[in-house]
Amino acid sequence: MDLFLQNIVNGLQWGSFYALIALGYSMVYSILMLFNFAHGDVFMVGSYIGFGVATALLGLAAMSGIPLPGWFILILTIIFTMFITSFVGVFIERVGYRPLRDAPRASAAITGLMIGIILETGNLAILGARRLSFPQLIESTTYQFGGVYVTDKKILIVGVSLGLMFLLHRFIQKSKWGMAMRAMSFDFQAVPLMGISINRIAPLTFAIGSALAAAAGILYGLAYPVLDPYMGILLGWKAFVAAILGGRGSILGAALAGFLLGFIEIFVAWVFPSTLRDVIAYSIILLILTFRPHGFFGQAHSTQLRL
Amino acid sequence: MKSLFKGIVWGLIAVLFFTTNGWGFGRKKVVRVGINAPITGDIPKVGEGTKYAARMWLEDIENAGGIEVGGKKYPVELVIEDNEAKAESAVKANTKMITEDEVLVIVGPQSSKQAVPAGDVANNYETPMITPWSTNPDSTKDRPFVFRGCFLDPFQGPVLANFITEEFGFTKTAVLYDVASDYPKGLAEFFKQSWEKIHGPGSVVAYESFTTKDTDFSSQLSKINKSGAQVLFTPQYYNEVALIVQQAHELGWTGPIVGSDSWGSAETVTLCGKDCYGLFFSSHYAAAGAQGATKEFIERYEKKYGYTPDDVAALTWDSLRLVQTAIENSGKLTGKIKKDRRAVRDALAKIKNFKGITGDMTFTEEGDPIKCAVIVRISDKGEYEFYKSVCPN
Repeated sequence: MDLFLQNIVNGLQWGSFYALIALGYSMVYSILMLFNFAHGDVFMVGSYIGFGVATALLGLAAMSGIPLPGWFILILTIIFTMFITSFVGVFIERVGYRPLRDAPRASAAITGLMIGIILETGNLAILGARRLSFPQLIESTTYQFGGVYVTDKKILIVGVSLGLMFLLHRFIQKSKWGMAMRAMSFDFQAVPLMGISINRIAPLTFAIGSALAAAAGILYGLAYPVLDPYMGILLGWKAFVAAILGGRGSILGAALAGFLLGFIEIFVAWVFPSTLRDVIAYSIILLILTFRPHGFFGQAHSTQLRL
Repeated sequence: MKSLFKGIVWGLIAVLFFTTNGWGFGRKKVVRVGINAPITGDIPKVGEGTKYAARMWLEDIENAGGIEVGGKKYPVELVIEDNEAKAESAVKANTKMITEDEVLVIVGPQSSKQAVPAGDVANNYETPMITPWSTNPDSTKDRPFVFRGCFLDPFQGPVLANFITEEFGFTKTAVLYDVASDYPKGLAEFFKQSWEKIHGPGSVVAYESFTTKDTDFSSQLSKINKSGAQVLFTPQYYNEVALIVQQAHELGWTGPIVGSDSWGSAETVTLCGKDCYGLFFSSHYAAAGAQGATKEFIERYEKKYGYTPDDVAALTWDSLRLVQTAIENSGKLTGKIKKDRRAVRDALAKIKNFKGITGDMTFTEEGDPIKCAVIVRISDKGEYEFYKSVCPN
């Protein structure tokens, strides 16, 4: 029983990353009808930017002699990094996707792959192959409830992830921009005739998706403090699986599927030999897709996407 | 990029050195030593240590006016080739050094991944090669021309099993290893075998694995926590060690965690921090608390390059000194490269009780040294402290 609860906690943390990254895939899909395959690498870039921002803030705090508490630096790091990384997303849209908007689907689809490779190798060229250690901004304290161990880092990661998802939901449902995005996802040919330009909505979507990936990058850095230029590939692929599983273009679906994926991986490794984890985990997902080919919240008609 | 650039520059310098020297002394009288190292690629720190140790060695030779064979002094040249930490590049580098540069002997490559295929080339061309760091048995197996400077994986397994049993008196252990990588997988198996030999079947209460590039081990570690294991053995590389140890502590693991020589990089503590303090691993040498020649080497290296040399640098140093001893003992350099290579190989195989900075060495038939392993404790300052020496019986 203890082990079961412990793995729920483990799964919540691991699923948070999939969910946050999957959201970016889903949002871009709902607007442009294609997946941004560079998204996993945007997560990597976000993590590195977070590293830079946190290091700079720590240095600044040490230089000015003001003893800033770690949680305060962490909040600033998250805000600054999300802001900076959103421009990375806008940039990718501008140079990678906009020029190819009328190109054949296949060309536009591989843009992301190419940008991803450029981001990885560019990082390698600038920073070298050395792994970076993400600064530990908050002291990790372990709490014990019965036989279950929870750290404040875990609580923070799950809390911030859920908080950001809630904010995104409010933004899309309540704000004017959110409404424009929803409209665009229903019909990207008619909506521009109403005076909403796709050249504004698409960058906005990329910016929000990248900001979420950046937040995931920082939280990831806190939990797994070893950064390397290729860290985004595998996580990006798996989050992509979550985005499909949730139903293409569905925000709620992407978030739920992200958590589900985390749970499946953790629980499979618990019940079965861990060597077979991915074999079994992804067979389960294949099975789910066989019965629900459009994912949890997806719909058969691609023009009726839900945001 | 920087390291690549550096590699190119050093390559050019080596070429320049080679051509200009050729006019002065005549081609046949120069002793050329090849270095096959991962200057770029996944493990640049290993390549750097190799290169630095080799340069220090060359400095010594130059100060002595060359290497003395049969009463005559010969100048020495280093040919440093980058293998990019790839198997195929290491093969290419060896072929080039043997056929084009006409090196007398090769030191390197370091990792088993490169040393196993590259050793085949050296053996086929009948060129003596010594790999300082490769612990996989296949590197030297059935290859009379290939030697190594370190102990083997099958030796490390029992060393660690015995150490844990004697030191802590534990009877139940857990193992966590990467199933997709040869070195951890092999070592995990050797450890399991020796542990079960001492404590009987079923004494390895958790034998968990993951796959390369995994970063979350919470499920495996939760299982290990509940298995009743008293100690965790994880023969992983430095980037994974940091993640495993930290996550284990966060999940409530309080027992010791023990590792193997792959922990020995200077990066382990940088990435892992306080979580790794007080842990043990088996290694080739320990920098903190070293004595005699080892201490001298460490101080000289620190002064020159600004950081404590890791085991790769120390083993490379020993390998070069072995090569030097063999060349000196070969009696005479004829200038006929094939004959000289054979003479050096024979001299190398005959070396007994060589006093290295990583311990005394005597080569076996297979070209593997009989030498002791060191148990290192990571001190409360994050230094690698000598704890105990374990010798083969």
